[in-house]
Amino acid sequence: MKDAFGAPQSLLVLGGTSEIALATARRLIARRTRTVWLAGRPSPALESAASGLRELGADVRTVAFDALDSASHESALGPVFSEGDIDLVLLAFGVLGDQARDENEPGAAVRVAQTNYTGAVSSGLICAKALQAQGHGSLVVLSSVAGERARRANFIYGSSKAGLDAFAQGLGDALHGTGVHVMVVRPGFVRSRMTAGLPEAPLATTPEAVATAIEVGLRRRSETVWVPGSLRLVMSALRHAPRAVVRRLPV
Amino acid sequence: MPADSTSTVTSASSAVASASVSDIAPAPVTGWGRTAPTTARLIRPRTYEEAAAAVRTCGARGGIARGLGRAYGDAAQNAGGAVFDMTGLDRIHAIDADGGTVLCDAGVSLHTLMQVLLPLGWFVPVTPGTRYVTVGGAIGADIHGKNHHVSGSFTRHVRALELLTADGEIRTVARDTPLFDATVGGMGLTGVVLAATVRLQPVETSLMSVDTERAKDLDDLMARLTATDHRYRYSVAWIDLLARGTSLGRSVLTRGDHAPVDALPARARRDPLAFRPLRLPAAPSLVPDGLLGRTTVGLFNELWYRKTPRARVGALQKISAFFHPLDGVPHWNRLYGRGGFVQYQFVVGYGQEGAVHRIVHRISRRRCPSFLAVLKRFGEGDPGWLSFPVPGWTLALDLPANLPGLGAFLDELDEEVAAAGGRVYLAKDARLRPELLAAMYPRLDEFRALRAELDPAGVFTSDLSRRLGL
Repeated sequence: MKDAFGAPQSLLVLGGTSEIALATARRLIARRTRTVWLAGRPSPALESAASGLRELGADVRTVAFDALDSASHESALGPVFSEGDIDLVLLAFGVLGDQARDENEPGAAVRVAQTNYTGAVSSGLICAKALQAQGHGSLVVLSSVAGERARRANFIYGSSKAGLDAFAQGLGDALHGTGVHVMVVRPGFVRSRMTAGLPEAPLATTPEAVATAIEVGLRRRSETVWVPGSLRLVMSALRHAPRAVVRRLPV
Repeated sequence: MPADSTSTVTSASSAVASASVSDIAPAPVTGWGRTAPTTARLIRPRTYEEAAAAVRTCGARGGIARGLGRAYGDAAQNAGGAVFDMTGLDRIHAIDADGGTVLCDAGVSLHTLMQVLLPLGWFVPVTPGTRYVTVGGAIGADIHGKNHHVSGSFTRHVRALELLTADGEIRTVARDTPLFDATVGGMGLTGVVLAATVRLQPVETSLMSVDTERAKDLDDLMARLTATDHRYRYSVAWIDLLARGTSLGRSVLTRGDHAPVDALPARARRDPLAFRPLRLPAAPSLVPDGLLGRTTVGLFNELWYRKTPRARVGALQKISAFFHPLDGVPHWNRLYGRGGFVQYQFVVGYGQEGAVHRIVHRISRRRCPSFLAVLKRFGEGDPGWLSFPVPGWTLALDLPANLPGLGAFLDELDEEVAAAGGRVYLAKDARLRPELLAAMYPRLDEFRALRAELDPAGVFTSDLSRRLGL
């Protein structure tokens, strides 16, 4: 169960090697989390992520999960929920793709869309149903500011996040009053493996800062969290800027 | 129903309820602090048979009894399962106006009991800071009041109770049995209390004779309470936790007893047992977060302290004003806004005054805006295995749940409390670290063992029991 401050006792991470997810898990383990499930493609990275969290005192298990294989989501995630209540599901998987290459290789672009959007739709719905049956829990969805306004530089990734974001908002409204809380997290540029080698955008942040924002959002039962918070204003302006202007922006 | 019977329920009535239980749409439920909402199917049994049927058919996620929802945390919530709203079982079966006992259903509120019993010259043996608790809730949480140092907790005055257990049977539970001791203070986890026989307190009037005095700091307060508490039936101290420096722990002591008839002015003597509590308009449902912040609470505390006379003796106050000032504002819990609030109450034994000092220091240093903090001395404890009161000092305070870092701060206070051999009150808890529970409640293992035997399938489950592994 979550406590009065929204701190969960059990955590399921979809995308178990995500740096943001692991930073969040570390913070939550420092509070109340004792049981952690890391779902992801079996890999040494997933196992080392698990052992890293075990060192902090949590009971950590891994579960084979492939966002692209939506047919397998039910059988992969079902057993997790049948072992006990999950207080928090962190939907953290996603790929950035390579915009320049993906524009020329539609197959690769589709993989970005399928991972970030359809994979999330499938696993998000499965988790939402399980949370609804237990009558409580939070589903935290890692969206991105890139989904707020499509940009020339990363519109394939951005469009997949736009779909994810709209899906998560709608799901949150659908689950309103069911005891299940859906929180959409929109970080800006996060310095991580995913963005390594890319030119840094303004208002760049870190996985740890996103983790802190998630913890605060859980306490406040927020529906939308921007990281950093100032992006809410920036993106609000950008959303209303004419396309001719946005097209010329250097970011 | 006869107090000594064990009744079984017919399968016909359980079939009726099973249809209704699964038809009920889940609704959000929170405690009084309005934190951590979860959903459950709310079932409101009107008879013992309906209650038994609800227990038998409540499904895999179990059920828990709920009274008037005054537990601050998640004690009367059951995510995904059933919550039995006991306020439908609200009959007073018998009053012995000579001997001073009442036999009533668990859903009867202390407010109703006062309305009915005061004109007969009887008062409830123990009342907490609100009249809007049920008898069942008072037993489940083993509540205490301002008279704990004299009268003990509520269940000291319970002669026997009817308990609906996980098998759907109704058992009469007598004092001095393991089931009684597990049930009183057992947070509803041994079964559903259906009815109880409660011993009453005789009173001549419905007014209180109250002595008020100020204490300039924490040492002064504790010295005064220690020296003179035994002279009063009721005693409590309001403490200003925002005061700093030399006035750290400055407080207002209000202590008194039921006023005898001859203490009343002539006019009041015509109707000495009148019970007409004041009800103000309810708090609005939408209050911005942070209304009860540092500034407002600091201002309130300052005024409250200054307006109190340095010493006043024998002032007459209504029962409602003396015991239940907050009941005057229905839904006062909304004043904390959407974020809700947590109440933290702990007790540490006599000889652990240092721990009280350290905790008050920490709260004051952190500038926690605690609106209503009270310090009280407990008397002898009662035998409930998870019953909260033990002889010592108890401090209770309200804090807005959205204060940054409050979770970690209260964890630190827990460590201090546990190190001093103290405990926190489960009826108010919404955030205790489960690992500390066994140290705070040494009879937890017996409680768990009895539950495992009596309720192997875990029918009685609450968010509190899930969170703490009770």
